[in-house]
Amino acid sequence: MVEERKESMLLSTNFLKDYLDLDDNIDVVELAEKMTKVGNEYDYAGRLIDTGKLVIGEIKECENHPDSDHLHICKVDIGGKILQIVCGAPNARKGIKVIVAVNGTKLPGGEIKKSVIRGVESNGMLCSIAELGLDNKFLKEEDKAGIHELPSDAPIGEDAIKYMGLDDGVIDFELTANRGDLRSILGMAYEVGAIYDKKVNNIDLSHKETGKLEFDVKVNTDNCKLFLARRVENINIEESPADIKEKLMASGIRPINNVVDISNYVMLETGQPLHFYDADKLKAILEVRMAEDNEKLTTLDGNERNLSKEDIVISDGSKAIGLAGVMGGLDTEITENTKNVIIESAIFDNVKVRRTSNKILRSEASNRFEKGLDPNRTYMAMERACHMLEKYADGTVIGGMAVYDKAEKEEKEIDITVSNICNILGTTISKEDILDVFRKLDFKTKSDGDKITVNVPTRRIDISIKEDLIEEVGRIYGVDNIEGKVMTLPVKKGSYDKTSREIRNRMVNLGLNETLSYVLVNEAEANMFTNKDKESIKILKPLTEDRSFLRQSIITSLYKIYEYNKSHSIQDVSIFEMAKTFYKENANNKIKNVGSSENNLVQEQENYVEETKLAGLMTGEYYLGLGLKKVDFYVIKGIAEEVLDYLGYNGRYSFVQNDSLPKDMHPGKSAEISVNGDIVGVIGRVHPGVCKDEVYVMEINLDKLLAKKVGKMKYKEISKFPSVKKDIAVVVDKHITADELQKVIKNSGGKLLQTSNVFDVYTGTGIPEDKKSIAITVELGDMSKTLTDEEIGAVIDKITENLANKFGASLRK
Amino acid sequence: MEEKVNQIKEEALKEISNAKAMQELENARIKYLGKKGALTEILKMMGGLSPEERPVLGSIVNKAKSELEVAIQEKEEILEKEELAKKLESEKIDVSLPASKITRGSKHPLTRVIEEIEDLFVSMGYDVVSGPELETDEYCFERLNLPKGHPARDMQDSFYISPEYLLRAQTSAVQARAMMANEEKSPIRIIVPGKTYRREDDATHSHQFNQVEGLVIDKNISFADLKGTLEIFMRHMLGENTNLRFRPSYFPFTEPSYEVDVSCFKCGGKGCNLCKQTGWIELLGSGIVHPNVLRMNGYDPDIYSGFAFGTGLDRLAMFKYGITDIRLLYGNDVRFLNQFDRKD
Repeated sequence: MVEERKESMLLSTNFLKDYLDLDDNIDVVELAEKMTKVGNEYDYAGRLIDTGKLVIGEIKECENHPDSDHLHICKVDIGGKILQIVCGAPNARKGIKVIVAVNGTKLPGGEIKKSVIRGVESNGMLCSIAELGLDNKFLKEEDKAGIHELPSDAPIGEDAIKYMGLDDGVIDFELTANRGDLRSILGMAYEVGAIYDKKVNNIDLSHKETGKLEFDVKVNTDNCKLFLARRVENINIEESPADIKEKLMASGIRPINNVVDISNYVMLETGQPLHFYDADKLKAILEVRMAEDNEKLTTLDGNERNLSKEDIVISDGSKAIGLAGVMGGLDTEITENTKNVIIESAIFDNVKVRRTSNKILRSEASNRFEKGLDPNRTYMAMERACHMLEKYADGTVIGGMAVYDKAEKEEKEIDITVSNICNILGTTISKEDILDVFRKLDFKTKSDGDKITVNVPTRRIDISIKEDLIEEVGRIYGVDNIEGKVMTLPVKKGSYDKTSREIRNRMVNLGLNETLSYVLVNEAEANMFTNKDKESIKILKPLTEDRSFLRQSIITSLYKIYEYNKSHSIQDVSIFEMAKTFYKENANNKIKNVGSSENNLVQEQENYVEETKLAGLMTGEYYLGLGLKKVDFYVIKGIAEEVLDYLGYNGRYSFVQNDSLPKDMHPGKSAEISVNGDIVGVIGRVHPGVCKDEVYVMEINLDKLLAKKVGKMKYKEISKFPSVKKDIAVVVDKHITADELQKVIKNSGGKLLQTSNVFDVYTGTGIPEDKKSIAITVELGDMSKTLTDEEIGAVIDKITENLANKFGASLRK
Repeated sequence: MEEKVNQIKEEALKEISNAKAMQELENARIKYLGKKGALTEILKMMGGLSPEERPVLGSIVNKAKSELEVAIQEKEEILEKEELAKKLESEKIDVSLPASKITRGSKHPLTRVIEEIEDLFVSMGYDVVSGPELETDEYCFERLNLPKGHPARDMQDSFYISPEYLLRAQTSAVQARAMMANEEKSPIRIIVPGKTYRREDDATHSHQFNQVEGLVIDKNISFADLKGTLEIFMRHMLGENTNLRFRPSYFPFTEPSYEVDVSCFKCGGKGCNLCKQTGWIELLGSGIVHPNVLRMNGYDPDIYSGFAFGTGLDRLAMFKYGITDIRLLYGNDVRFLNQFDRKD
């Protein structure tokens, strides 16, 4: 629970002020900070046009620059002052009103300074709309082509931004997924109103009605609970008023024409997406149903979409004409010639809309449907759209509405107590303060003693249980007003996986660097350094091929780390890692995953197997004690033995050479590590076919190893009598291993044998070609006496005799 | 005779005192006190003296002899000291030459941070637990109040390997495991450090990263307890002057939920590049365990309450060691790893 993906919502303070009586000079940053404290983070807070003051000026004189074919030298009156400004715009001419940036103004393109342009002094700049920093998507061709021409009655010397109605504050909020209600100006008004303790103004839904609607809606799916349709006739399509256009732009939506703009405007106000159809392109019915598999629909953007049974569509009674909640169809869209419209206001299943929009297209509308909608707003938005179409498009609203309604529209009642709230927040808040929070949020309450019954408005679909109300109290009362405290829980012993930490410590003490590598690798890498009968696990939707499989061995990762370091001229690499590896059991039998400690909550997992392993890689030179040693098999074997001995497995393991080794290992210089007869790991050289350098690796399955119990460490008595060391050198066949000799020595030595160690292996001069000489030091001693020469001799004789009998070993003098 | 003895004695004392080396002193000893030495020769001549004269001369010679012996001994000590000083002087070594190299590996910075956090929480009675990285949808989401189709699910776009299994998107999965594994449904105090995976890879996000999750379930656990605990945690990791800011937020498995910002430790809250001029760095998610989560995992929300929190360990490690690029953590350049070979 760390990072939550949030979604952006632009709030225009001008728009907000339609519904909340805020101070005219309200500071947007302060507002944004206050919203942050109640849980609504922001990314940006500032002005829509963030330039400092721009003034209205009139070009009094305009002459061509003597040294340029396109520059003009303008004398511009900015009210009581005439500025000389050199301007390159083709439409600069005497008599027009313009936007002037005086010296010192900071435009998105840089600060305006007094300058000399081809020998002529220039004090300021005449601006195009494009130079004000509006998002590119809002710019028309003429906004980029030349300087902006203001109406002839624009007052010289006044603030140009204010005059154009572009003086607006904008906050870019990062909203959490549960607050769908804040994707509307009304929702924002309730939230900001709770902070500033102000009531939300009524929305104007008034309009006249004429005639009687003859239109039908039919819903043939459970995925639509509410569907409304109304008709508005004789609309005039034209450009929207400046005020509407500005609020749309500040909200991040491009103005198109008054009718399209109204549908967006009402969506912004209420949070309810609407769809307008050209009524003359419809029959007298709209039907909601699930699409057929492979049904085709050409959406507004001109793309043909291939649909499935999972998509909700609107149909005209025969064919799909809209993708519900996502995008309308091209056939019935509003055009410049549209006279009559059908308004659709509806609620579609949020999960279905989300799946469809993820597949096809995410839009402002789908974003809102996904979060869930308030059915009362569905009705409100319909009436508001009628109001707006009448007011701004001269439309005639037809009486009556086609309705399909299975939606729950009642307010939820939640009972809560003052002590519920205080216990969970861990502080004392009075009942009066709690009731005041609900009043500010505009939630109706009844209270009886400790108990409070809260009526949650339907707009707050995020609130359904008392814990939700506790959060409301906490955030509006102020999280900062609650002091943190030190818990007073019973004292108990904490615990952790000590063995893992000790293994790491041991490896570090042995001089290896711990690495941290990725579990996801490519297919070839996933199958390296493992037995071929295990299947790698594939990611269904990988980001890249390089990270599409789960590794079966950590060695594959360590090997890549070695390659990386080698490419950076680092020859000596001694590294280790403790991590998970994964494979899929081919058979259907369930594999029980063995936890490596009590604190590991791994449980039975179908046929996917997850294992904890310790892996090491060594190459180049390694500091052994105080000396440098080139890494060979015996060096890494020493590391493996150190760890095994440290964990208490001394005497229980052996290194076994057989042909079941991973194919990426040198067959002659590798072995499996066996503990009490079970294979727990591999060790050896990376196959020369994979890597020419001598790279040695090891991997131990800790789940398997640590499942083997180890006795407690106990003190062993030390003899008071000295022990004696004797060297034995025998000549044996080359294929006889040291282990085999040791076994015989141990059996022959009996109780008196304390240790035996191989100290030299020799082949060459004096030794037959198929033989080798092995020299072993044996240490003999007794707990109760000093051994006599005869006793020592008897043991040595027995050892050599048995070696001779078993291996035909001859004593080398 | 007496005069002669004194003369020899004076000569000898002179030679002893002039001796520059042990050998010269030894030569002098032999010359005067040796078997054929000057004083010995005089003693040999005593046979020709009268019995009256003999003891007189004898005592004179013996006196001179012992005087010389003392002088030699003293000189010997002086010369020994001188020679030792000379020897020590000649044995002087260059202590600035490099030391013998002793093997020393290093723990990865992330492990170091995990161990530091483990030690802190273990000291407060928490158990450190782990769970599978290949997790079921049930534990990763459903048991955390995130049913299939929940709108918050696309906040955690995950690496699925089958419809039911995925590489866990959050260590929170272990919350549900810990609750389900507790058969007595007794209080829980755990932290869960571990690897997590999400389908994103860019300059600031690694598809594999590390989190630590905390969960406390007991009677009367409140937001104030959460706040106090995270204050201890963050001040331990980032310094005692660290301030915390709790912002109401949304997580499906907690209610109320809070995001937690810490005051920027680089600028102390004044505003800098690291905190994007805000003075705060967003570091944790937290909240009071949602009653649905308690209920779904066998705990009665009317008896128990709890808090949960989580934070990204990669960023904590980066902050702690001043690592500016997350790729260094996973790059495993030996020159990078070698730097983490001492105590903090």
